[in-house]
Amino acid sequence: MGNNHDENHAHHITPLETYLKVAGALFALTFLTVIAHHFNNQLGVLAAPIAFLIATVKAVLVMLWFMHLKYDSVMNRVIFGAGFFFLALLLFFSGLDIWTRVAEFSTL
Amino acid sequence: MASAAAHSDKNYLNESSGLWSWLTTLDHKRIGIMYFIAVMFFFLLGGVMALLLRLELYSPGQTIMTADQYNQVMTYHGAIMVFMVIIPGIPAILGNFFLPLHIGAKDVAFPRLNLFSWYCLMAGALLAFSTLFTHKIDTGWTFYTPYSIKTGTSVVTMVIAAFIMGMSSILTGLNFIATVHKLRAPGMTMYRIPLFVWALYSTAILQVLATPVLGITLLLLSVERAFGVGIFDPALGGDPILFQHFFWFYSHPAVYIMILPAMGVVSELITAFSRKVIFGYTAIAYSSLGIAGVSFFVWGHHMFVSGQSTTAGVVFSFLTMLVGVPTAIKMFNWLATMYKGSVLMRSPMLYALGFLFLFAIGGVTGIMLAVVAVDVHFHDTYFVVAHFHYVMVGGTLMAIMGGFYYWFPKMFGKMYSESLARLSFVFIFIGFNVTFFPQFVLGAMGMPRRYFDYIPAYHSLNAISTVGSWLIAIGFLISLYVIVKGLISGEKAPANPWGAKTLEWTVPSPPPHHNFDVEPVITAGPYEYR
Amino acid sequence: MSTDSTHAGHDHHVAHHFRNAEHEYLTSKEGIWLFMVTEILMFGGLFVGYSIFHNIYPEMFAEGAKYLDWKMGFINTLVLIFSSLTMALGIYFLQKNQPKKAVVSLAITILCGAIFMVVKYFEYTHKFHLGIFPGRLLDVAKVGAEHANLGMYFGFYYCMTGLHGIHVLLGMSLITWVLFRTIRGDFNSNYYTAVEGVGIFWHIVDLIWIFLFPLLYLVG
Repeated sequence: MGNNHDENHAHHITPLETYLKVAGALFALTFLTVIAHHFNNQLGVLAAPIAFLIATVKAVLVMLWFMHLKYDSVMNRVIFGAGFFFLALLLFFSGLDIWTRVAEFSTL
Repeated sequence: MASAAAHSDKNYLNESSGLWSWLTTLDHKRIGIMYFIAVMFFFLLGGVMALLLRLELYSPGQTIMTADQYNQVMTYHGAIMVFMVIIPGIPAILGNFFLPLHIGAKDVAFPRLNLFSWYCLMAGALLAFSTLFTHKIDTGWTFYTPYSIKTGTSVVTMVIAAFIMGMSSILTGLNFIATVHKLRAPGMTMYRIPLFVWALYSTAILQVLATPVLGITLLLLSVERAFGVGIFDPALGGDPILFQHFFWFYSHPAVYIMILPAMGVVSELITAFSRKVIFGYTAIAYSSLGIAGVSFFVWGHHMFVSGQSTTAGVVFSFLTMLVGVPTAIKMFNWLATMYKGSVLMRSPMLYALGFLFLFAIGGVTGIMLAVVAVDVHFHDTYFVVAHFHYVMVGGTLMAIMGGFYYWFPKMFGKMYSESLARLSFVFIFIGFNVTFFPQFVLGAMGMPRRYFDYIPAYHSLNAISTVGSWLIAIGFLISLYVIVKGLISGEKAPANPWGAKTLEWTVPSPPPHHNFDVEPVITAGPYEYR
Repeated sequence: MSTDSTHAGHDHHVAHHFRNAEHEYLTSKEGIWLFMVTEILMFGGLFVGYSIFHNIYPEMFAEGAKYLDWKMGFINTLVLIFSSLTMALGIYFLQKNQPKKAVVSLAITILCGAIFMVVKYFEYTHKFHLGIFPGRLLDVAKVGAEHANLGMYFGFYYCMTGLHGIHVLLGMSLITWVLFRTIRGDFNSNYYTAVEGVGIFWHIVDLIWIFLFPLLYLVG
């Protein structure tokens, strides 16, 4: 049958301290976001990308350890990854249209 | 088959009885039948509306309904046919019934979820019909902004109904993906599953990935109506074309949700009735995935004249033409399968051939419409109406009918009248062409779609088109008679009336509750003819 | 065939169409992930809309962000991350056959969800008090908005946090459900599929908030 089996029956158990470390990292990154926010004026245009980057790192930590994707099958990782890919697609093509239109913005 | 013969009196139909045993069933076969009953009812409703529309268009000026009523009937015809008939059509009826049988499984992966998705469709449909008794909506099934924000009709109710029906579609797709991945019988590798399963699998991917975006789009539309947020409202600095992007991000893949399973059915029919192993199994299988993949890159071709940027239009135009490649791969492989086969012209095969003929016309005109310069002329004319009816009706509906006649003996354990089934095909096929071919000409002459009136110059072709719609109706009525007569007084069907090779034909007709008494072990491909 | 299970001494009944408990577990898990993709895509639609309009009206969005109290969002972020940890620990303790500890972890998770919603409630009522409503309901004069379409920002704000809030409530009820089943003794190291699934759902809720916090409260 399927592509991803023969995994042995004992599921992987993440050690307690790994969970605590990941949580610690998440707290730290949250503080980092706020600290970066206070230097928004100095960071200028980089402020948004930096905030987004930190959020992405946090998201990856959650996905890999809390959601156990690190020890999950390739198929499940592909499935979850597909969601982000297709979102990027939606943004890309909608954006392609909007930012190549002859601009005629409302006065609002 | 010795063990099967022993319990041949017990099958999924008589294994338990009473309405309650059906409404709470977890058996994929019974759920398939429940979908069949529901979808047949919706089809009847949508079909009657189509006849009314054609009757109104029989002659210029007001014939049987007012312009407002025309807009409403057109909206409900579209919404019913799209959300309640062709999207659930093949996957939910034939897919539910035959996917587990095809891969040697006892059921789909999540039987409760399967039943729940039937109830979702019913709830959504009831909610949609409830708007018939309040303010009938008149936006067309696409709910385009800004009109759908401004019109004083029950758009929100309808949109929530579509959301719930979308959930039904998502859950079916999710169920099918997990079933195909995990429940294949021993030896049933991905390259031994029938092509119908490949098609359902590709469809399921679309259902899971595209439908959620429709969900959020419809929610945003409701919010827009309630609070005037302005995301889709140009008066508030929003962008109505963004609505179209979001909408078609779902609805273009949805077009392939409609046609891919039909292609799967046709693959089964052609190989079974050509008595020959399918030509290019891998090519057909991958072209299903290919069509599913490409479908996410082409939605902008619905928006060439919407105000979308020319750059985006050109990109979408180019990408759209790519769809022709996997589609043509399928077409040529089907033809090659028939070549030097012992083609048996039974009614399911007639429908399959009808599909090839009509879908070729629908497909080729699709490529024409993909060209921006051509589309600017044809957009919103009857040319487009004719094109998508050739694909949706000529393609999907033909395949549903063919598949239904093919699997009828298995589903109900009865045979039907072959001669009447052929007669029904003749009426549907001829009627279809009489109805929709003139619409290509009308479109080329510039007749706009969605209008309830037209100039006298278009009269004769419209009259022909309306007469054609009556022929289609007669064809479907004959089919209804064939089904009812077969159910009541059909001869008992053998396990394998067509001499086909896929797994569902190895079990008795109708199949027992658990499908297979002994789990099958697969050692060869699905089409071992010659 | 497969009504009995390969695992000794557990009382979970494997559905008839699966070969064994492991087969059922892996299949259910894939189903859960497929469902999570639909969640991501649904929320994602809002994020795409947000990115596009943020790009078109950066000043308006910056003005909107000023009306939000980042401290509230900050506290809520910490609460949710902590609840994610306790959710993961709940599964960990079940894997270790320590149901009592699992029950405590799950209860804390629910509590965190409740705290999150209470903070949200105060945020919302405070905004209503100031006349900050979504879309055309926004009281431009009372708020003293510089941009006439500030309502759009708050349209996004209420849609995103509102849909997220619904998911928090949904997640809390799901966790309550597995909490009761844990107390009843349904789960152990051999069978805890439902808890795993609910856990993944709860982490998705956390995941979305991780992005909502900087996007709504901080970027401006």
